[in-house]
Amino acid sequence: MEYKLESGAPSGPIQTAWDRHRFDIKVVNPANKRKYRVLVVGTGLAGASAAASLGELGYDVQAFCYQDSARRAHSIAAQGGINAAKNYQNDGDSVWRLFYDTVKGGDYRSREANVYRLAQVANNIIDQSVAQGVPFAREYGGLLANRSFGGALVSRTFYARGQTGQQLLLGAYQSLMAQVNAGTVKVIPRTEMLDLVVVDGKARGIITRNLVTGKLESWAGDAVVLATGGYANVYYLSTNAMGSNVTASWRASKRGALFANPAYTQIHPTCIPSHGDYQSKLTLMSESLRNDGRVWVPRNKADAWDEGAHKVGRRPEDIPEKERYYYLEERYPTFGNLVPRDVASRAAKVVCDNGQGIAYEGRGVYLDFADAIGRLGENTVRERYGNLFEMYQRITGDDPYKTPMKIYPAPHYTMGGLWVDYNLMSTVPGLFVIGEANFSDHGANRLGASALMQGLADGYFVLPYTIGHYLAKKGAQPKDTSLPEFAATATETKERLNKLLTINGRRSVDDFHRSLGKVMIDKVGMARNAEGLKSALAEVREIREEFWQNVSVPGNDNGLNQSLEKAGRVADFLEFAEVKIHDALNRQESCGGHFREEHQTGEGEAQRNDEDYAYVAAWEYTGPGNEPRLHKEHLKFDYVALTQRSYK
Amino acid sequence: MNLTLKVWRQNGPTDKGQFKTYEARDISSDASFLEMLDIVNEGLESKGEEPIGFESDCREGICGVCGMVVNGAAHHSTPRATLCQVHMREFKDGDTVTLEPFRSKAFPVLKDLIVDRSAFDRVITAGGYISVRAGSAPDAHVTPIPKVLSDRSMDAAACIGCGACVAACPNAAAMLFTGAKVTHLNLLPQGQPERYKRVQAMVEQLEHEGFGHCSNHQECVRACPKGVPLDVISLMNRDFIGAQFKLRS
Repeated sequence: MEYKLESGAPSGPIQTAWDRHRFDIKVVNPANKRKYRVLVVGTGLAGASAAASLGELGYDVQAFCYQDSARRAHSIAAQGGINAAKNYQNDGDSVWRLFYDTVKGGDYRSREANVYRLAQVANNIIDQSVAQGVPFAREYGGLLANRSFGGALVSRTFYARGQTGQQLLLGAYQSLMAQVNAGTVKVIPRTEMLDLVVVDGKARGIITRNLVTGKLESWAGDAVVLATGGYANVYYLSTNAMGSNVTASWRASKRGALFANPAYTQIHPTCIPSHGDYQSKLTLMSESLRNDGRVWVPRNKADAWDEGAHKVGRRPEDIPEKERYYYLEERYPTFGNLVPRDVASRAAKVVCDNGQGIAYEGRGVYLDFADAIGRLGENTVRERYGNLFEMYQRITGDDPYKTPMKIYPAPHYTMGGLWVDYNLMSTVPGLFVIGEANFSDHGANRLGASALMQGLADGYFVLPYTIGHYLAKKGAQPKDTSLPEFAATATETKERLNKLLTINGRRSVDDFHRSLGKVMIDKVGMARNAEGLKSALAEVREIREEFWQNVSVPGNDNGLNQSLEKAGRVADFLEFAEVKIHDALNRQESCGGHFREEHQTGEGEAQRNDEDYAYVAAWEYTGPGNEPRLHKEHLKFDYVALTQRSYK
Repeated sequence: MNLTLKVWRQNGPTDKGQFKTYEARDISSDASFLEMLDIVNEGLESKGEEPIGFESDCREGICGVCGMVVNGAAHHSTPRATLCQVHMREFKDGDTVTLEPFRSKAFPVLKDLIVDRSAFDRVITAGGYISVRAGSAPDAHVTPIPKVLSDRSMDAAACIGCGACVAACPNAAAMLFTGAKVTHLNLLPQGQPERYKRVQAMVEQLEHEGFGHCSNHQECVRACPKGVPLDVISLMNRDFIGAQFKLRS
């Protein structure tokens, strides 16, 4: 198909673009809003804030989530904080600086106009959250506290202990439930979207499965909003929740929504290393720990991990200062331990590849608080990081007040997602995509504390305006699930579920997921090369073929069946993985989280190729087993000069 | 290590349910409790048998999805931990472990160890929020809040809505859960306009859902994985009594 990938961002000065755009787009008459029904899928920060805000405006909203309550979406696990350019610290922050840092941090692969808007509305998010009762950390004078985060030289991160995501999500969830009470929003939990219904080229509804009764249901609306998060679970082991999946996005992609930059994945530097092959997921330790923790490995390989003995050569406390390699401080004297996530992760991989790793399979580095405890005292450290230390100790059995933490990078966040224009609408008219599920604001690498900012910006302050433009232009449609497109899509969904249930194979769903994850992390992880990517493509196909012949999905589809839920999600990951690999192969440059070994500087840093690759790669699904087709949105940088990112 | 599991299996809300025995073999002491169950379930799945139904999502102690009664204690007896944070180093080779769902009239069993906690959502819907439309908030620094107050509010706001307090309470009361939300919002200046209406609506919803009353057993605080303090209940009671006067005038 022909796609014109135009962002639709207004031309002219970027500082006033969003104001002018809000004036230029159509507005739905307040009395007519209740005639429009919006289906919101996912109730994390983006989905809950969007559904609540649309309800407040008077739209008829139905919000879906697979969890038993809207409060449990995985945004809840975000620990560190949320950025805003309030400049409360008087350290020179501004909307411009936040904009600049975000474009630079994203390694110049994001859309300037979107990022500027994000930086502008960030301040409103802090105001909104405080008004909702989000208990952000405060100073003794009663004003809000800030902390520093990777990739920025100002202190602009607002936080609520190590539970910022939880508190922001509860704020959005409570606003959502207030709308449920007001009768504008209906929340439909324990329900998973399994397909998108497209009528005359426009998104008009969804097919869902009730996860308790197994019933397939059709829902019709005037627009569909996907707020279904990222795809990091394609790696099997990631910091995502067990249920996080790509199904809604992937199904939408098969119905005509282009998938942008699927190669971009953020591998977060500070996670607890794996312990063994039974590992079910990886736990993130907030990046804020790098404010006071120092990262190092032993200089001598003899002191590192010994796989045979299943322990390190020498305990970290016994290694003298001069035999410790503080590799971030040495390699990046300006930013030190606060380099952006992609840089920190790759640096950890380099030392571990060099045999200096200190945890299971040689995959781990130390994060040491001894200096901070000496300088600040144990009490201050406890106040800042107490709950994180407690969490760490519970999982590993080690006490970080006494011995350094062990950390290693893990897949965490995905910058790619469905392509959207400036109005956050995908290439399927009427299908909007917000939060992590879209591709728009973080380029090739997301800075810390920016995910919460983007999810809430989209939900509270962008989508509620831009969706009105689409709705006002179209006029209210009949909410009619008897259209033949609904029946046809539901039949396809039903057949797929039946197929999964009748294979009666010998391998569990998780076992296939693990095989997929291993290929992806080894060959499409922190470092990639053409040869590895090509072999990954073949291996993923093999796994997928075996999956459809040998997966075991016990039980039936007329009740709660967790094996069936997982099987559907893994089946979609097995298809999605292929387009991700194609994207990584196509992008013959290194940028942000996408590191092609063939393209690096003499010092081992990412080498971008702005001449050939300053574009968004948006992939069109072209049928089962076919190669996806590439479409490009060329990125123009009018305000930020493209430079080699340096944190030295 | 090897363990014997006695697991509650129940096909649906109307099924009678019964304990069944399973063996967990070669479990590493570094594995988490839920990873041990994953291993048992994968064994069942590869034999074509239906796995044990249990829920979990974040597996880092914050989403509040997981939870069951392990050896008689909600989330297991490890202090201040959700079940997903319990590791097998807490168990010994040869142990017999009993697994039951959270039991309460207000939390019907959906399958095996999975219960329906939607009553909690309805309690929040009744009034567990501050009404503020997006776009209408004043600057965040308009109202300074003393750190002590903000910290107390945060202690209460840490509740993850897992339901362990209800499962542990001999009366199956949800006072800790509800008190936590009332305290979080009623302590803050932003929560004052709806303070009394909020507490009254939420307590009425509690009654309606069939939760029991508080008779000061304090089992809830012992079971709470997030250390929500007991005084949230007294604060809620104080405001509830206050509401009887304030709302009348």
